[in-house]
Amino acid sequence: MKFFFIVFFNGLTLAALYFIAACGFTLIFGLMRTVNMAHGVLLLFGAYVGYEFVELTGQWSLGILAGGIGAAVVGAILQTTILGRYQGDELRQTLITIAISIIMADLMLWGWGGLTYQIALPEMLQGGVRLPLLNVGYSSVRLTLMIIAVVIGVLLWLLIAKTKLGIIIRAGVDDRTMLEALGFDTKKIFIIVFAIGSMLAGMAGVISGSALSVAPGTDFQFLLSSLVVVIVGGMGSVGGAALGALLIGLAEQYGLAYAPTYGVVFTFVIMVAVLAFRPQGILGKAEK
Amino acid sequence: MSRLILPILIICLAVPLIASEFWLTQILGRSLILGITALSLTFLTAYLGVVSFAQITLAGVAGYTVAYFSANTAGIGIELPWMITMLLALAFATLAGGLIGLIAKQSVGIYSIMITLAISMAFFYFTRQNYSIFNGWTGFSGITAPAVFGVDFGDPVAFYYLCLATAFIAVGLVICFVASPLGLATQGVRDAARRVRSLGIPTSTVIVSAYAFSGFIAGMGGVLNVWHQERISSFSVGLGPTIDILIISVIGGMRHPLGAFIGAIAYVLIDTYAIDLISRDRFNTVIGLVLLVIVIASPEGILGTLKSVKERIKNVTN
Repeated sequence: MKFFFIVFFNGLTLAALYFIAACGFTLIFGLMRTVNMAHGVLLLFGAYVGYEFVELTGQWSLGILAGGIGAAVVGAILQTTILGRYQGDELRQTLITIAISIIMADLMLWGWGGLTYQIALPEMLQGGVRLPLLNVGYSSVRLTLMIIAVVIGVLLWLLIAKTKLGIIIRAGVDDRTMLEALGFDTKKIFIIVFAIGSMLAGMAGVISGSALSVAPGTDFQFLLSSLVVVIVGGMGSVGGAALGALLIGLAEQYGLAYAPTYGVVFTFVIMVAVLAFRPQGILGKAEK
Repeated sequence: MSRLILPILIICLAVPLIASEFWLTQILGRSLILGITALSLTFLTAYLGVVSFAQITLAGVAGYTVAYFSANTAGIGIELPWMITMLLALAFATLAGGLIGLIAKQSVGIYSIMITLAISMAFFYFTRQNYSIFNGWTGFSGITAPAVFGVDFGDPVAFYYLCLATAFIAVGLVICFVASPLGLATQGVRDAARRVRSLGIPTSTVIVSAYAFSGFIAGMGGVLNVWHQERISSFSVGLGPTIDILIISVIGGMRHPLGAFIGAIAYVLIDTYAIDLISRDRFNTVIGLVLLVIVIASPEGILGTLKSVKERIKNVTN
C-alpha cells in the first residue's frame, strides 16, 4: 500500500511537470493554431539560462524567473521575425518550428555540451519531509513542484478568466477573424501570448532541471509529453492540459512501477482510446 | 515531366559504368532507399493532404520483420526463405500503415502531425524496451542481402540496380494508385471530404487504404534499408531518421513523387560533404538552416524551384 502511494506521489510530481510544460504549448496552440515544435528547445534553453543564473547568483527562485524570461525573449523574437509572417499557414509554421528546433538544439549542444545539468537547490528544499498519515519521507523539492504547478494553474486561470488580455485571448480562440475586425492588434497579442507560452516552457525547464536534471534530449522528451498531454486533454484548453498531464503522469509512473517493460504502452493506449472516442481530446472543443 | 523519364532512366542505368563503389552504395543506393521511404510521405502529403511522421516506423516494421526472419547475430527469430521474409515484411508494413490510418483517420493537417509523431515515438520506445521480438537497445545485426539465381545483392552494382528497380516500381505504383478510382477518391477526401461522403464513398476506408498503401511503399524502403545497413535497432526508428525523412520530402518538394528522390540526393550529398564545408559536429545546424531556407523561400522544394525557374526562362525567351 505504501508503495502504491509513493508511486501516486511520483505520478503527481511528473504530472505537475508535464502540466507546466504543456500549458504553454496548449495556450499558443489554442489562440494561434501554431503547433510549436520548438517548445522543447525553448524549455531546454530556459533550463540552461536558469542554471547559469543560479550558478552566478545563487538565487533559485529568481533562477526560475530568469529561465522563463530567457525563453520568453527567444519565443517573442521567433514570433516577431519569422513565425508571425506565416500566420494562418499552419503546416509551414510547423515546419519552420521543426527547423528552428533542429538548429537550436544543435547550437545548445555546441554551447553547453552533452553534459547533464542539475540546478542547485536552496537549502530549504534539499532533503525531504515526512508525510503525515503515510509516514514516509518525500523529497521537498517534488512537493514544492506540485505547489508551483497549482500556483501556475491558478494564475493562468486568473489571467484567462479575469483580465482584459484573457478576454481577448478567449475571443481569439473562438473567432480570430472577428477579433481582427474589431480592431485589435492581433499581431501584438500573438507575440505576447507566444512569449507567455515560451516563458512557461522556460520555467518548466528550470524546475525540471532542479527536481530531475536536464541534458540534450530533455527538449524532445518534453515536446513529446506536451504533445501527448494536449492530444489527450484537448488542444487549446488549459484545464485539458491539467487533466491530460494527470492521466499521463500517473499512467507513466504506475506503468514504470508495475510493468516496467511496457510502461510506454499505457500512455499510448490512453492516447489511442481518447482519439477513438473523443478525437478533439477530453476537454477539447470540436473543430467547426 | 514525362519527356524526362527516358533520359533519367538511361542515366540511372549507365551510372555504374563510371561511378565508384563508394558512390554506388553510400550516395546513390542510400539516396534511392531514403527516396523510396520519403516517397511514401510525399504520396500521403500530395494526395491525401496529411503529413505523417510515422513513415520511418512503417519502414522499421518491414526492416524488423526482415531482421527477425533472416539469419542474424542476435540469435532471435526464425530463418525463412528470403522471398517469404520479404513478402511478410511488406505485408506487415502495409498492415501497420492501415492501423496508423485507423488511429489517425479523424485527424487532418497539424493534428495528424502530432498524432503520427506520438505513434512513431511510442514504437521507438517500445522497440527499445522489448527484448523478445525487437532485441531492445542493441537490435539486430549481421543481416545480409540475399543471393538470387547466382546474383549476390550484397555486391554494390547488383544492389544499386535492385534499389533503382525498386524505386521505379515504387514511383510506378504511386502513379497507378493515384490514377485508380481509389486514388481519385483519396484526392477527393483531400479536397472536400464532405462531398466524397455525400457521394456515398466511406471516407475512413479511403483514408485507411491510403495509409496502408503508404505503408507498402515505406516497407519497400525499409527492406532495402536493412539489407543496405546490415543491421537495425531502435535508433533506426528514432527521432533522427523520422525528421530526416520529413526534411527530405520537404526540400525535394511535396507536390510530385520525384521530389522525394531529389530531396534524398540533396540530403545525402549534404550529409556526406558537409564535413568539408563545416565541422562534422554542426551537421544538424546546416541541415536545419537548409530546411528553414527552403520552407521560407520555396515551400514547393527544389522541384518547385526548378519548375518556376524554367517558367521564368520561358517567359523571358518568349
